[in-house]
Amino acid sequence: MTAGKKPETGATAARQGGGREAPLIEVQNLVKYFPIHSGILRKHVGDVHAVDDVSFDVARGEVLGLVGESGCGKTTLGRTLIRLLPPTGGAAGIDGEDLFAMKGAELKRVRRRMQIIFQDPVGSLNPRMPISDIIGEGLVAQADKENQWGKRSVRDERVGDYLEFVGLRREYARRYPHEFSGGQRQRIGIARALVLGPEFIVCDEPVSALDVSIQSQILNLLLDLRREFGLTYLFIAHNLSVVQYISDRVAVMYLGKIVELGPVGSLYAGPKHPYSIALVSAVPEPDPRRRAHRIVLKGDVPSPADPPSGCRFRTRCWLREQLDDAEVCATEEPPLKDAGGGHLAACHFTDKISPESTEKAAHHVNLSDAVDD
Amino acid sequence: MAATTPRPALEPMPDSDLLLDVKDLRTYFHVMDGTVKAVDGLNFSIPRGRTLGVVGESGCGKSVTALTIMGLLDIPPAEVASGSMHFDGRDLLAMEEDEWRQLRGSEMAMIFQEPMTSLNPVFRVGDQISESVIHHMDVSKSEAQERAIAALSRVGIAFPERRARQYPHELSGGMRQRVMIAMALACEPKLIIADEPTTALDVTIQAQILELIRETQEETGAALMLITHDLGVVAEMVDEVIVMYAGRVVEHGTAEEVLLDPKHPYSEGLLASIPSRASRGQRLNIIKGAVPNPFNMPGGCNFAPRCPYRFDACDEHDPRLKPLDGRQVACWKYQDVPS
Repeated sequence: MTAGKKPETGATAARQGGGREAPLIEVQNLVKYFPIHSGILRKHVGDVHAVDDVSFDVARGEVLGLVGESGCGKTTLGRTLIRLLPPTGGAAGIDGEDLFAMKGAELKRVRRRMQIIFQDPVGSLNPRMPISDIIGEGLVAQADKENQWGKRSVRDERVGDYLEFVGLRREYARRYPHEFSGGQRQRIGIARALVLGPEFIVCDEPVSALDVSIQSQILNLLLDLRREFGLTYLFIAHNLSVVQYISDRVAVMYLGKIVELGPVGSLYAGPKHPYSIALVSAVPEPDPRRRAHRIVLKGDVPSPADPPSGCRFRTRCWLREQLDDAEVCATEEPPLKDAGGGHLAACHFTDKISPESTEKAAHHVNLSDAVDD
Repeated sequence: MAATTPRPALEPMPDSDLLLDVKDLRTYFHVMDGTVKAVDGLNFSIPRGRTLGVVGESGCGKSVTALTIMGLLDIPPAEVASGSMHFDGRDLLAMEEDEWRQLRGSEMAMIFQEPMTSLNPVFRVGDQISESVIHHMDVSKSEAQERAIAALSRVGIAFPERRARQYPHELSGGMRQRVMIAMALACEPKLIIADEPTTALDVTIQAQILELIRETQEETGAALMLITHDLGVVAEMVDEVIVMYAGRVVEHGTAEEVLLDPKHPYSEGLLASIPSRASRGQRLNIIKGAVPNPFNMPGGCNFAPRCPYRFDACDEHDPRLKPLDGRQVACWKYQDVPS
């Protein structure tokens, strides 16, 4: 099923209906730490807990949005999942195959099925390579007798096809990255990800660097390609409106943990975790009649090298403040559990969330309260 | 909180209440490949204490406008080719560099997008704030330090004495932007120009910074020129908005008018291309193509090559801002085409 499959057919066949089939991507208790070394002996003094015990799955053909602020671990999660970074612990699978156990030829073969689109359309394209080589590089690496990608003519044909799929002209293959605008470069990045015929694509902030009018072109393209090739996306972004537009389900991350996970409609309409509530309320909407009742969180995200005990959000939590700094938040880590409305939330006090309590938090904001990190 | 209540309707103001009045401003850059008309005939004014939003995509000239007002352009290659700018009744373009420098920081101040690159990495943040205080106010060094600490505490930074002794790299992004704001406010300017002040920040930090800007504005009565590409931020913050495209204003009206009922095809396209709850499941409305090459602007309306309503006259004649339902729009769709 892995190697010789025609990429164009992708996962389309397995996508009908909303039935409970086996998910394409499964992640269990994924952990990724970055060691901190200090002193002349580079002694190991601690770890940055970038991703800490995260579990979720992605169904075939689904778009799972992953939101959170800078430093929450969303990019690390995406990269660890597709083995661009070595995992510290946990398990991940694609189509039931254990991703983290693979090595050598097996790992190389599975890479065809999982690709990534990067945020920075300038930094992610080598300025000294023509587009044909940038897109063709993966083909060279994955060439075998069957696909004949080692041959320049076969490769160029395929590169040209994929340039057309992303709305560019075949002739552009001879040009260099600096000859393109930001939106066009992002299209090249998408063609590079698609050319190997993957089923699963990690989109890591693919539109954050683009202007609004170009951003909408790229979002439309990503949705068209998903339909055409039966793709499955993990869509990482900090822009909540973009995630709301493109995702089927959304996971909210805070400091290395998923704090809430649910279908996009109910998660945006009725978030159940105090952090998601603040996040959703903070999005400015282009409607001057709705000058939002925001919940403004105090301070900054704590350091992932030394996360707070118990619930990681407790140091900035407005709900805990209303509950007189409940003890349990500091002593026990809340598990991700059913919070009603079809989603999971990791909070000890989801039952204390009500329109009244959020209203109170929105009015309680006092910016003269000093902040500190 | 006062911040969440809707703003009162705009009333016409007598001219003397205008803090900044810009007329027919043209800023050109003369470079090797030719001349870029970055700002090409801009008219707007900001009354005291009010907020003007400037909206547009990269390269539309919104930042150049800010730099021109602040007198921060390198001349040459830049040139203010024509126009007038009056600040508080004084003619900015007639000013000597010294006078302008006196004005900058004390009466008009700027908050930049990237707090990391606009703070000097080798000086303590307290010293960077007190530097401008010493420059503009007749105070001793220790008094300036005290003012710097007070400014830090006013923007909600805990332990301001300790923070004042730290270097920019020791602070988080949100904290650095607070320092920038503290610096801008230290001398209580009459006009604050904020160029994408929250673009580099996360959404919860953005909420903090917007509240802070609004609060300080209420406190000091400063006018604000807010440059942004985020129409959500515009909706939250501004009274009036100008939409810029390729160096020109294409629409100018109140935030309500422009955001709820855009008239210019570009404003309309911009609003329609924002993904949202409402657009889920539908293709996003897109503005086809990309901004024109600045060395080779289309004749006639600059937006014509991307405009869904384009007709022949658009390629030949350049539309002017004309009143339309209370706001101003530069589009032939609403105007009589010259024969």
